[in-house]
Amino acid sequence: MDRVTFGVVVFPGSNCDHDTYYVCKKILGQEAVFLWHKEEDLRGVDAVILPGGFSYGDYLRCGAIARFSPIMKQVIRFATEGGTVLGICNGFQILLEAGLLPGVLLRNASLRFVCRRVQVRVENAATRFTSLYPPGEVVTFPVAHGDGNYFTDPETLAQLNARDQIVFRYADAGGNVTPEGNPNGSLENVAGVVNEQGNVLGMMPHPERASDPVLGMTDGQRLFRSMIEWCIINVRGERQEDGQCQTLAQQK
Amino acid sequence: MTLRPSILDPQGKAVEHAIESLGVGPVSQVRIGKYVEFLVDEQEEDAARRATEDVCRRLLANPVMEDYSYELTRL
Repeated sequence: MDRVTFGVVVFPGSNCDHDTYYVCKKILGQEAVFLWHKEEDLRGVDAVILPGGFSYGDYLRCGAIARFSPIMKQVIRFATEGGTVLGICNGFQILLEAGLLPGVLLRNASLRFVCRRVQVRVENAATRFTSLYPPGEVVTFPVAHGDGNYFTDPETLAQLNARDQIVFRYADAGGNVTPEGNPNGSLENVAGVVNEQGNVLGMMPHPERASDPVLGMTDGQRLFRSMIEWCIINVRGERQEDGQCQTLAQQK
Repeated sequence: MTLRPSILDPQGKAVEHAIESLGVGPVSQVRIGKYVEFLVDEQEEDAARRATEDVCRRLLANPVMEDYSYELTRL
């Protein structure tokens, strides 16, 4: 079977880059390459991941400087052309600063850095990132951030809701979306949003830290597997003129 | 750069409570912002203003959550 190549962007201060690379390559058996932030070429990868961390020491605002890194011009172009882009934690902050997703992430309402497991409900299972989750499933992911308090204006929020762009919401232990289940004060418990075209997802929880069975959680695997499945059918399929992509679609 | 009025500023609130503890008069609506200074190498005030405006709008402030204001001083 064809393999998908993930490009993991490395900014100065990224610290989840190796975890993400490891999951793509060793846990999921795909290809993965690191893309240094000064590179100006995505080297033909099938999907781009902006990993977590503290790019540029969170100076000015989280993600505000990274957004101007040379590689981001290519990431923005890739995203605009429909390429698959996932931003995790700091990667989500960078996508917001780059204007690829709407809204901002404010300081946590508690003013504390939150580092623990949370329950997250899959609100939209029809994206290329979530197709392997049953709609409404409550999964467990770790969060680790000081600025994860999602905010946007009421008009944008209404649009996000109307277009099912809120992909994940924080939930309580019982799986209900309540203030108790909200670790950071995020507006309507937003944990992850996708752009209108559906090809760019940003999320605060860390699916790559919930993929290796050794760590006791594997709910994150299906997020990457959804991306792989989508890329094999849509990206790889387009490159082949024979019926292999149809075969894969039928297998599904 | 300061948080827009519609945005809750938990840091400001914490400082406000600390001011209360100081026992200094009635103080309210504490907001915390950031201060940046830089040199613009332009002779004309208009050009300096345009450059400053550009830097504020595109980098220093995120308009979704922040407002900004600036002063120009000729050196």
